[in-house]
Order: sequence, then structure tokens, then C-alpha cells
Amino acid sequence: MKHGKSKVVSYNKWGYIFLAPFAIVYVIFSLIPLISTVYNSFFENYRSGLSQVGPNFVGLANFQALLSNGELATYFGNTMIMWILGFVPQILLSLLLGAWFSDPQLRLKAAGFFKSVIYLPNLIMASAFAMLFFTLFADTGPINSILINLGIGQVRFMTNVWTVRGLVAFMNLLMWFGNTTILLMAGMLGIDTALFEAAQVDGATSTQVFFKITLPLLRPILIYVMITSLIGGLQMFDVPQILTNGTGDPMRSSMTLIMFLNKHLFSKNYGMGGALSVLMFFITGILSLIVFKMTNTKVE
Amino acid sequence: MKKKVLSLVLATAMVASTFAGMTANAEEEGKVLNIRVWNTEFQERLVDHYPGYEKVDDTHGKIGDVDVVWNVTPTTDNAYQNALDEALLAQADAAADDKVDMFLVEADYILKYTDSEYAMPVADLGITDDETAQQFQYVKDLATDSNGVLKGLSWQAAPAVLIYRRDMATEVLGSDDPETVQAAVADWDTFLETAGKMKEAGYKMTAGAADSFRVFSDNVTSKWVEDGKINIDDNIMKWVSMSKEMVDNGYTTTAGLWSDDWSKGFYEDGDVFCYFGPAWFFDFSMAGDAEGSVGINGGWAVTKGPQAFSWGGTWLCAATGTDNATLVADIMRQLTCNADIMTEIATLKGDFVNNQGAMEALAADESFGDAILGGQNPIPMFLEGVTTIDRSNICNYDQGCTESFQTAMNNYFDGNATLEEAIELFNTSVLEKYPELTPADVPAAE
Repeated sequence: MKHGKSKVVSYNKWGYIFLAPFAIVYVIFSLIPLISTVYNSFFENYRSGLSQVGPNFVGLANFQALLSNGELATYFGNTMIMWILGFVPQILLSLLLGAWFSDPQLRLKAAGFFKSVIYLPNLIMASAFAMLFFTLFADTGPINSILINLGIGQVRFMTNVWTVRGLVAFMNLLMWFGNTTILLMAGMLGIDTALFEAAQVDGATSTQVFFKITLPLLRPILIYVMITSLIGGLQMFDVPQILTNGTGDPMRSSMTLIMFLNKHLFSKNYGMGGALSVLMFFITGILSLIVFKMTNTKVE
Repeated sequence: MKKKVLSLVLATAMVASTFAGMTANAEEEGKVLNIRVWNTEFQERLVDHYPGYEKVDDTHGKIGDVDVVWNVTPTTDNAYQNALDEALLAQADAAADDKVDMFLVEADYILKYTDSEYAMPVADLGITDDETAQQFQYVKDLATDSNGVLKGLSWQAAPAVLIYRRDMATEVLGSDDPETVQAAVADWDTFLETAGKMKEAGYKMTAGAADSFRVFSDNVTSKWVEDGKINIDDNIMKWVSMSKEMVDNGYTTTAGLWSDDWSKGFYEDGDVFCYFGPAWFFDFSMAGDAEGSVGINGGWAVTKGPQAFSWGGTWLCAATGTDNATLVADIMRQLTCNADIMTEIATLKGDFVNNQGAMEALAADESFGDAILGGQNPIPMFLEGVTTIDRSNICNYDQGCTESFQTAMNNYFDGNATLEEAIELFNTSVLEKYPELTPADVPAAE
């Protein structure tokens, strides 16, 4: 072994250089805020009017306050209910559309056009979309005048727990099914067509092909869709916030975790806000792990 | 040592500039005048009445060579105050052209600002007691801090009345004459009786439960917060029980103030008999210049209503640290002390202005009438009301408590919660806004 100058050129530094932009941005915009959030959660720190209270170190008092009354569980429940109400129909619809769009036998005409159309709702700003629904479904709004003219009578959408939750779920469904369809379709198109042909030669029906071939091979994409949608669902904010004017009414049954967080930030309550964010970080982490474990079993 | 010298130099410069500000004219002051507001009302007043104001666009104007910048943040959800607080807390470090020079406040939260060092005493601007002598006392009282120093001025006073639709009054009560209508709404019991008659005729008494809220909340005998504890006055609870009855009977709805459903009653095809409000309400908020509105045809009239009350009002405050003190002082002088301009605002806009002399002259003027009110002169009614206004029960938490209370109670009115649950929700909501308070007692369920 000869030591000294090596003739091998080391490219290692280039790896670090190319990684650096991401690492720097990540540290500044994600890691530092994350740590400061955790740090803040141990302090009493808010503003009352023009006077500042704190920061005083209070240990785990903020967490205790959040966990001691049932509010957090209620808002977590609301968030999950509205997410599931929107996600279940969304994934079914997207699977169906994805299967149709990726099936060469159907010879769909203008598939490109429809793919763009179903994606369009996602381009509208969520708050504008919610504002539109707020106006449409108001007590004296256009939907109600149609219902009255049809003889059904006025439905007060904004004062019933399930109509409000339903509207939120429906809006999320409309906004995101296009996106999910495109993702699933990409997954389906990535499956080796030889498998489909082989199945057909063996006499499989299209239902069998879907459940025995497409779905199992789609699993990685499905996991990805589920986890991103779950995280997105947990962070649900703008749609219910605008639709209910920030109140989450009736009786806060449509108040999500982030709307609750927003309430604390109005008094610049960094302590409570921080504690709530830390809890949400753990909730999101645990739920993602569960989804990952559940869908990842017996995969070789 | 260096630091000390530097701070000495800076301090000297500051003192020097203060003196300079007192003696020099506006030309040596800042070139940008930043005004913080929540709507366009004051801007319209300035455009119409301040000598030499040129409008550039919706958020910019010019007075001489000074650029006027309007910073508009809506009131909803405390947004205006939050934005203003940020700006005022950063005031000391802001560049001269970015400093807030002037900000507007409402009665609901005026104390928060006048009782702080962020609003300049009016006397420091050079405006004397003589100049404000014609202004109504309650208006000055509201803008006076806990040490008795006047910190803000207003061009309007806000004694409020009941505003009713002439056509519905004629149809249901037999006459649209204010005296006939007053007899039908003389107290809350007759008010409810009349609401029943309106319902039979297919009309709603008020647009939303929150409409009558101010009448009750302005006649309270205790504050929203007493000794750090949230407190619900008995009169507020009276509003709750009356409103519940009205919503249950279909006399009114739970539409929130300023919502679309609520403001449909401003138009001819609306079904709302009356609103409660002061002059700024019907001259500025009731769509009086919109096609198809009741106001454009003079379809409204006013009467005293069940109880005298006041609602809101807008005060001008000079921000401590302004680099345009002379100009701010002049704007305040012209728009709140100048009797001619006051009379102009009153005649052009129907505003009840903050000038006793001007108002008494208009009250006596037979030819004066408000177009929205079909030519009725509301001034005598306001002059009568303004003397009885007592706002000694205001506190720093009024706006937050009022908003939370109305939202929470709507759940009770709509039947989505019991009264106890609604009060619990009110407590929760207020504590989120003001964590230092202790919750109000919840009455035991019966």
C-alpha cells in the first residue's frame, strides 16, 4: 500500500455542495422554527392589549391546560371526521377515474381534457372556494331560493352540525380528487402491462385484474397518497375557517385543530400555540406511522 | 463611553426636533402621512371636507406635497387592532416615513389606546379646550384616559335610534308617523307585541338577534370584566331571554351583524321592519345610495325606540412619535372643531356631528331633512338622546367580549346548545382572547 498523493479524484465535496442549499433552507425554515416552537411551549407568553405578559417559564403547564379539558380531543375528532368524510369518497372516486383513464381498452376520447378539468378546482384558492360556498349556502342564498322554489323549504345549512361538516368534506373532495386521480393514474401506468396481458390470457375478469393486480402493485402510491392526505387533513384550516367565519359553529363542531391554534395566535399566545403545535407534531407523527405500518405489512 | 456620547447626541437631536416641530410649519415635517383605519368612512370625510386634499387612488392621497397613505384593515376578528398593535409596538424603531401618524379607534376598544402612551394628548398637539368646547361631553369622556387627559377627538356623536320602514309601518300599524310607531315600540313588551303583528304580516321585526344587543349593552350597570373576572350584566341576560323568544317565534333570525343575510333588509324586497342605529349607521351603512335600496327612495324613518342608547363612534388619535404633528393637528382641528365643516358633514351626509351649536342650529332648521329618512329631521331626537348617554361602564375588553358573546349565544338561539353550554362556550372563547381573565359564573341549569 502506497501512501501519499492519491490519483483518485475525490468528488465527495461536490455532493456536499449540492446538498448544501437544501440543508441550509431546511435548517433555517424548518429545523430552527421547530426547535423554537418546542422551546416556546414551556413559557407563559402572550399579549393582553398593548402589554406583554411573560415570557415566564412554566414547565409543562401549557400542555397540562390543553390536555386537561376535553377541547383538544373534540377538535381532533372534528378534524378526523371531516377528513374521513372527504377522503373516503375521494379515494374511491380517484381509483375509479384513475382506472378508467389508464385502461387502454376503453379508448376514452379527450382524456387529456378531462384530466385538466378535474384538476381545475385545485387551482382555486381554498378561501375563495369557501367564500363561494358560504354565499351559495347562506340562509337567503341561491341554493335556498332553489330549494324553496322546489317546495322543499329553507334548509339552514350553517346551523346544522352535519351540513356544515358535509360541506367542508365536499369542498375538500372537490378540491383534491383531481390531484389524487393524477397520482394514482401515474402509479397505474407504471405497472408492467405484461402482467395485465398475462392475467387476461389466464381468463381474469377486469374486476379481478383490478383487485389482484392493480391494487396490490399500487400500494406504494396509495401509502403516499394516504399519508400526504392525512397530514393535509390534520392541517385543515382555510375551508372551515372561512365557511364558519372562524367560529367553527354550530358549537365548534367544525373547529379543526389548526383553527384552534389560530385562536391562540390572535392573542399572540406563543406558549399555548407552541404547546398545541408540539402535540400536533406528535399526533401527525404517530398517525403517519400507523398508516405506514398498516399498509406495509406482508410486503416483500 | 462611545455609546453614551451617541445616546446623548440622539437625545439632543430628538429634543431639538420636538422643538422644531412645535415652531416650524408642515413643510419641515415628514413627507408621508400614515393613517390607520378599518373602513373608508374617514377617508371619504377627508376627501370631501379637508381643504387641499387630493385623492390619488383608493389608498393614497396628497395634501400639499405630503403623501397620505391609508392603511385599511377590517375590524373582524380583531384584525384591525392586531395590525395596529404591531405597528404601534414597532413605532419607536420605525423609519420616519413608516411611523403611524394617525389612527382611528372605536368606542368598543378606545380605552385600550387612550389609556396607553401610544396616543398623544390632544393638548400636546396644540388643540385647546376652547376649540373643543362645542363637542359633546360624553364623546370627550370616552376619549379621556384614567388620568383625565383627553387623547382623541371625534367628528361625530353616536346617540342611536330605532330606524323603521315607512311602508311596513303604514301597512301594519296604520301610520308611518314617528309618534304612532313610538307608541308601538315604547318598551320591550310592546316591542314584542308589535313583532308578533309584523310576523302575521309576513315581516321580521329585526334582521338578526344581534340588532338589539347594543340597546341592552349600552344600558348596563357593570362592566364586561370586573376585577379580572368575566362578568355578564343582568341587562345582557335580559337581551338573551328576549332574543331567544324572538328567534323561537320567528320574529328575527340569528344572522350576524354585517352578514349578507342581515343586510338584505336594506333593500326593497327585504322583509325587515326595523334596525337600531345611530346617524352613521343609516347614512353610511344602509346602502342608501344603492339601486333598489329602501334608503334611496327615502323609505326609512326614525323614532326613539324602547331605550336610549349609543353605538360606536369613531375617534381620531395622533400616534406618539408621529413626524407630522402639525398636519395631524390641523386635520383634527378641521374635521372635529371647525363648525362650518361640521355643518357641511351633517347636511351632506346626515351625520350627527360632534358640535352642539351646529346641531342645535340644524335641529331648528325647518328645511333640513335627511333624504334616506324621507325628509325627516332626526337631529332633535339625537339631541335629546345625547344628554342621557352614560358610558362609564366601558372597559378594555368590550369588543372581544361582545363578539364572542353574540357568536356563542347564536348557538343557543338556534337550538344547538343550552344556555349553560352557550355561556361555557363564551367563556372559552374570551379566555382564548384574553388568557389573563377568569371565567364568568355559569348559571346552574334549571
